This record gives sequence, structure tokens and C-alpha cells, in this order.
Amino acid sequence: MKTKLTVNNKPVSVQFSPTDRLLDVLRNNGFSEVKEGCRDGECGACVVLLNGKLVNSCQVLAASAMDATVTTVKGLEKDKAAPIQEAFVDAGAVQCGFCTPGMVLATYALLQENPAPDTRQIQQALDGNLCRCTGYVKIIEAVQLAAERTNSHE
Amino acid sequence: MNKKFNTVGKSVRKIDSLSLAKGNALFTDDFQLKDALHISILYSPHAHAEILSIDTTDALAIPGVIRIFHHENVPRVLHTTAGQGFPEPSAYDTAMFDKTMRFVGDRVAAVAAETKEAANAAVKAIKVEYRELPPLFDPETAMDKDAPQLHGEDAKMPIPVKYDASRNLAAEVEIKFGDLDKGFQEADFILEDTFHTQYAAHCAIEPHTSAAYLDERGRLVIITATQVPFHVRRIVSRVLDIPIRDIRVIKPRIGGGFGGKQEVFLEQLVGLSTWSTGRPSRIYLTRPEVFVSSRTRHPMRVTLKTGVKNDGEITALEMDALMNNGAYGSHALTVLSNGGSKVLPLFNKIKNIRFIGHTVYTNLPVGGAYRGYGASQTYFALNQHIDMVARKTGQDLISFVKKWHIKVGETSPVFQALGEGKEGVAQIIKSCGLDECLDKGAAAIGWYEKRGKRIKSAPGKVRGVGLSVSMQGSGIPKIDMGSASMKMNEDGSFNLYIGATDLGTGSDTILAQIAAETLDIPVENIIVLSSDTDLTPFDVGAYASSTTYISGAAVKKCAAKVREQILGVAAKMLNAKPDELKVNESVVTHAESGKSLTYADICTYAMYSNDQFQIQASASNIAPESPPPFIAQFAEVEVDLRTGKIRVLKFVSAVDCGQPINPALAEGQVEGAVVNGLSYALTEDYLFDSKGRMTNPRFWDFKIFTTKDLPEMETILVNSYEETGPYGAKSVGEIAINGPIPAIANAFFDATGVRLYETPYTPERVWKRLKEENRLEN
Ligand code: FES
Ligand code: FES
Repeated sequence: MKTKLTVNNKPVSVQFSPTDRLLDVLRNNGFSEVKEGCRDGECGACVVLLNGKLVNSCQVLAASAMDATVTTVKGLEKDKAAPIQEAFVDAGAVQCGFCTPGMVLATYALLQENPAPDTRQIQQALDGNLCRCTGYVKIIEAVQLAAERTNSHE
Repeated sequence: MNKKFNTVGKSVRKIDSLSLAKGNALFTDDFQLKDALHISILYSPHAHAEILSIDTTDALAIPGVIRIFHHENVPRVLHTTAGQGFPEPSAYDTAMFDKTMRFVGDRVAAVAAETKEAANAAVKAIKVEYRELPPLFDPETAMDKDAPQLHGEDAKMPIPVKYDASRNLAAEVEIKFGDLDKGFQEADFILEDTFHTQYAAHCAIEPHTSAAYLDERGRLVIITATQVPFHVRRIVSRVLDIPIRDIRVIKPRIGGGFGGKQEVFLEQLVGLSTWSTGRPSRIYLTRPEVFVSSRTRHPMRVTLKTGVKNDGEITALEMDALMNNGAYGSHALTVLSNGGSKVLPLFNKIKNIRFIGHTVYTNLPVGGAYRGYGASQTYFALNQHIDMVARKTGQDLISFVKKWHIKVGETSPVFQALGEGKEGVAQIIKSCGLDECLDKGAAAIGWYEKRGKRIKSAPGKVRGVGLSVSMQGSGIPKIDMGSASMKMNEDGSFNLYIGATDLGTGSDTILAQIAAETLDIPVENIIVLSSDTDLTPFDVGAYASSTTYISGAAVKKCAAKVREQILGVAAKMLNAKPDELKVNESVVTHAESGKSLTYADICTYAMYSNDQFQIQASASNIAPESPPPFIAQFAEVEVDLRTGKIRVLKFVSAVDCGQPINPALAEGQVEGAVVNGLSYALTEDYLFDSKGRMTNPRFWDFKIFTTKDLPEMETILVNSYEETGPYGAKSVGEIAINGPIPAIANAFFDATGVRLYETPYTPERVWKRLKEENRLEN
């Protein structure tokens, strides 16, 4: 099967088999920043923005994403993503980094909705993203730091 | 210790972190290999069976299927997948493909096909006829005369230690000091309890994955998610009978390991596929495959008998451990030994000691290296007994621990008696900050305000606090070797080549910091390349908490040699003696003449002007000892006496890891290990049906902690200075996982007066314990 997608603002035509998930389509077409941790909707390593909404791309059948707009961590608006990425680095929230693209996307989506989340809200928002390395402490700090930096710039 | 450092002790940015956060950094499966074959595996549905026949006709007929490997067409080379040094202290009992299936998840065949779909379809189309054999599930009966035997005569231990496949005995360890009987006679009372810990999975978020291709000269290149690239090369060479010179192993970014990626079990498969077809090959395990067919934490039964005088003196201690290794003997001996060797020296004043341990085979998933490595299992028992002793003798637990734990200038006979598969190495403790850890941790948790108060926070809910103390090691003394080489560039930067394996821990960064400190330059001027067997010098890899201490010291030695060469050239240029020169931030100054040179000047001169040579050096390091880090960990829990639910409210870890090279990264190691330990204590468990099949191989049912489950966490780094370590450093990677299980159990007792003997502390299990002890409330 064939479809056109817009990934990170560029049109991409892709071929896929009926059982392929959006995750497969993205990875097979070079978007290796989208990671696979479980294919089961449980780890959040594969999240992307699908038509602006945060989804686990392993839970989306490729066929249902026809003509969709997809944003990976590399396609986020730079001025909004960079402070998040820098905050993750500064807070020491990146260990192996396999979860990090997903964490950054989840943070991005959270801060879009709620520019000044408290700890509980951060915990709630990142609940779908597993990290086995950091124990989450520094990830939560990173989100706080990103929020502070973004807000003080506005 | 008030040492002044430039770079060491600073939380510099982890050097690969921005590229990871941007999604640029490449993991194994991110490399685009053109026309790669996909490999899928057929697993045994039976816990114990013999393959009578394999028919691949239909499978091979599926379009795109290129090759199917199984025991009839792959030579049977017995080896261990443990990924250890040579000769391995683990039994050679594993073949890539075997006729006998020893657990549900054992490997029957592997298909290499043009697409994943074709490979998966072919796996389903292979016809296998099995003869089921009686399975062995209970480790307690594994050594019985009539127990089913898993391995034949040909399974062998490569080193001279006790091993007896005919009794399913994968390892046995015994050490004894003093007179145990006399010790128990002298005791006023004796505690004897049995503790059980469960199977658990590493759950690195990146599944196991490997890829291979032939380079333009026909050499086999393996890109793989491994903790041990050099061991991979050696093991693949032997199993596939390919000379080491024809193999290159590259470790790219790794998505977490925790011991699980020390295991070498996919590399030979992609290697076989590529070597025999000439095509690139790749494998990426699914999450259920990772749970079932990779490696696990060995479950253990520990029976602890402790003789105590009324004043609290422990007169005798006997620990009897039974470890379940599942179907293959990976790390059977060393995890078991570690359960004694990293644990018993902590209370070194006990004169009469016996440690006896057995590791047995069963028809269940395979154990392997996992952060904590046996110590986590036995500390569960020891820390509860210490808590009981202090309570029964009416002493404050913290004062009790302070009185009896090992101190600077002291030793323990266990260090010498028990090593990794052979005798250990005697050592005297040169740094120990445990007392400070205890004090700071106690203050942070509010120990004296909360201990023994059984605060009722809500109807049916009661709170308590508990403590766990532990030590670990820093590498395997006289065995682990790390090495480094460096060369200088004409802008004053340096390439640092290390075999050490950064699996997300940040070792590339801290090793760069050590080099930068030695050369007195900013860390940005070190360009790190690690873990490529063609390019970097040897290193045993990332295990046994060895990287900072062992590989770090190699880097320091190497950088010191480079510095010497720099000063030699500078002396010539300045007409001075090397010892008259001072270095400060890449500038060499001769005080007498007032002249100075930058590193860039010096390297440019060395390369282009006179007696030209490359400023470069290499160095190796082994350590004569393994200085232990120490940790005190405190849990505050709230127990729901109606449901049995334990909620951890706060968890404090105060750790002495010597001088932390990078405090943020050291904290990160502690925090990660603690949270892993918390879900190991409370939720993670392998559930099996009556046929030995794991029924919950998904994150949905194998619950690991998420952000929402976090208690309040506090991590305190207590600086000591380990004189034998690079810039005073000891290890920190494993130790913090030891605490959650015992600290929660002790806090639970503080709240309820009931002991927990079995993990994980699920509400059902805890509810049952409360019921048994009549502590349930309605
Ligand atoms: S891979 Fe999609 S949620 Fe894990
Ligand atoms: S940093 Fe490794 S999984 Fe999050």
C-alpha cells in the first residue's frame, strides 16, 4: 500500500504493508529518532505528534494515518524544543537517551497545554513514557527547568 | 577531603546528551544497512523436550525466505553466553541451536528473510515434532536423585570449580571461618529465617538488538547493543570459527543494559547469517522475547541463621543460599559468590561465619548479570536480621550499625576467601563514609522522629521507617582490565580512545573528565571514541561496577604519559627543564624566563618543526583491590492494613562513592537504581503457568515504575576520597539497587510488627502476611 504523509513539514510518500504501524513506516523511512521499546503502547519511546496530538506511533495502523501530519522530535518548532532539550541536558535527565526523544515530545505537548505545570501534573503527563535509567527524578526537574526558562523568556 | 579539582567533581554536561535529546544519536537499529535480512526466531513451546524432527520445507517455500538455521545445520559448539572474561567462570552448556529444549523460550530455529513479515511467516511454517520430557521447576528438588537432568556429560565448566551437570548443579560455593558451633553455643539467642526473591527483568527500554554486515574486505562487522564488545568478538570467533582478525565489533549508543546486555546471544546469530549468506542481517527482539528469552535476575532462597549475645554481639552467622539459574548456567557461580563476597565483609567483626551456596538448573528462564549481582538478593536477608538484632537487644539500629560495620584500616577474611569464581583478594579498607551516610540519611528521613512511632495517618493506615546498609565493589580485582590511548591534535585537543562501554551511564563523559583533569584542559577538548574493537584498545566492558575505577585509572595513567611528552617538547622549545614548567589551562609556563606556550603551539611544533613525532600514549590498568562504595538507604512507608498495599512515601539514599567524578551522573546512577529497586520490591514479577510458560511478558502486566509511582526521593553524595582510585573515585553503578527491598521490609515491620520474607511485596502477599499475624483491619 502507498500513502503520502507530511513528516516534519516535508511531504513523504511511503509504501507499507497492511499490518505496518505508523512506527514502522517512520523508521523504515529514516526517521530513526522514533524508537521502538514495546510495540504495545506501554513505553512511549515511539511517540510522535499526529496531527498535533501526542500518540504512540506503534498503536497507529499506517493505513489509518493516510495524509496525516506527523511531527517527530526533529520536527518540533526549534524555539520551543531547544529549551526543553537543553533543560534535559542541564538537569542530567539523559542517560542512555533511548526514552529521551519521547520524553521531549511529551514535555513539549505538556508545556503547550500547561506552561507552568506543578510536579503532580508533570508526573501525570509523563506517565506514559517509561525510563529505566534515570529514576525520573532528573526528568521531572528537567521539565520544571524547561518551563521556567520558557516562561522567563516570554 | 578538600582536594581542588578543575573538572573532576563538576557536573559537566554529558557529552552525548544533546545529540540524544535531539534524536540524532544512533542506536544499533538506527544504522541503515542496505538490503539487510531480518532474523526471526522460533522458540520452544515446551519447558523440557527433545526435538524429534524439524521440517522446514514449507517455511523455505515462502517468498523472501533465504535461510533457516537449526541444530541439524549449525555446528554444535558449547559455550556460555555470559559475556565474561576468559576463561569464563560460567559453564559451557549452551549451543546456538540444540536438540534438547530446556525452557519455554529456548531457541529451536532462526529464519533469515528479506522482510520481517516473511521471516515471521516462516517461523510459523516450520514443523517441529517434540518428545516432551518431565520438566524441573522447583529449585529445591533440582539436586534430588530422581530429578530430571537438564544437561549432558558434555556440559563443562572451563575453570576448575565444582560443577556437576548430573545433579543439575551449576555452581557451589562454600567458605568457613572460625568455629560455627562454638559461635552458636555462645549466643544468647539465635535467629533463623528464610527469604525468597523472585525472577525479574532488566527492562532496558531498548530491546536486545544486533546487526551485521561484511565490509569491503569481507570482514564481519557487528554493530550491537552490548556491554562487552571485546568479549563479543572473542565469543563470536569461537562459536562461528571465524578468526578474531576477521571480526570487528562496534557498540554505538546503547539504550540501557543493567547487566542484561552483558549477555552475548544475538551477535553469533547475526554473525552466522551474514557470514553464511554474505548479506547484512539484523535482529530486533520484541518485548515478550526480551522477557522470556533474554536473561533475568536469578531468584534466590536465602536461609540466614544468626547467633546473638544479649549485648548485640553477633557470635555466629550462617548463610545458605540456593540460586535458580534456569535452563543455562550464565553467571551461576559469580552471582552466587557475590551474594557472599559483597555482603559478609560489611559486618566484619563476626568471627564465626559460614557461607554455603548452590546454583541449580531448572526448566525456567535463564538468569544472568543484573545490577546488584547477587548482593541485592542476600542483603534482603542480612538487613532484616540486623534490624531484628538491634530491636531484640534494645539498641538504636543506626548506633548498632555504626559499631559493627567495617571501618577504615580494617579488613575481612571474606575478601580473600571469596572472589569471582576463584579465591578473592585480601584488602584493607582505605575509605569509608558509611557513618556520615547514616547520619545524613537519618536526618533526611526524620529517623528519630518517626522510628517506632507507628503514626496513624488515616483510618487503617500506619507508617514506619526502615534502613538498609550495603557495600559493593569497584571492579574485579586482578581480573578486570581497562585501557586507553590518546593522541594530541595541533589545536590542543586530544582524541581519547577507550574500550570502556558507555551504555547510558555517562562513562564516556567521566573518562573525558579524568583525562581533562590530568591534562588541565576543558573537557570539550577531549574527543572520545569508545568501544570499537578495530579502533580502541581492549577493555573488559561495563560490568562489576568497574568502569570509573578500573578504566578511569587507565585513562589517568594514559593522560599523565601524554602530559609528560607535552612537557618534554615544551622544555625543548623553552630551553628549560620539564620540572621547571607549570601547566595551567592548556598553557605551559616557564616561571624563570616568564615565557609560555599553548598546547596548540607545542603540538604544532612536535608535528611539523623538529624531531617530529605524534604526541600520543597508551596505558592499561588492572587493580590489585576493589574498594567498596557504601550506602545507607532509608524508606518511609505507609501500609494500608485493610488491603495490604504498601506505599513508599519517601526514599533517601546516602552514598559514599569516593570522590564523584561527575555528581549529577553519580546521582543519576543512584536514582535510577533506586527506582528500579523499588519496583523490584513492590511490583515486578515473572508469573508462570503450570507448564513453565511466562504469562505476563509485557509492560502491561510486568509493572515497572513510572513517574506517577515515584515517592519523594532524596540522594545524598557523601564524599570520601579513595586513595587508590582515579581522583579518589570508587564505583556507584550498582550499589543503590540493594536497598529498597530490605529498607521497605524493615519499614513495614516498623509500621506493623510483621516481617516480610518474600518479594515482591504485592498487596495480595502483604495482605496474607497481615492476616497470618492477625494485623488486618477492616
Ligand atoms: S513502542 Fe510504542 S509505546 Fe512502546
Ligand atoms: S535514559 Fe535510558 S531509558 Fe530513559
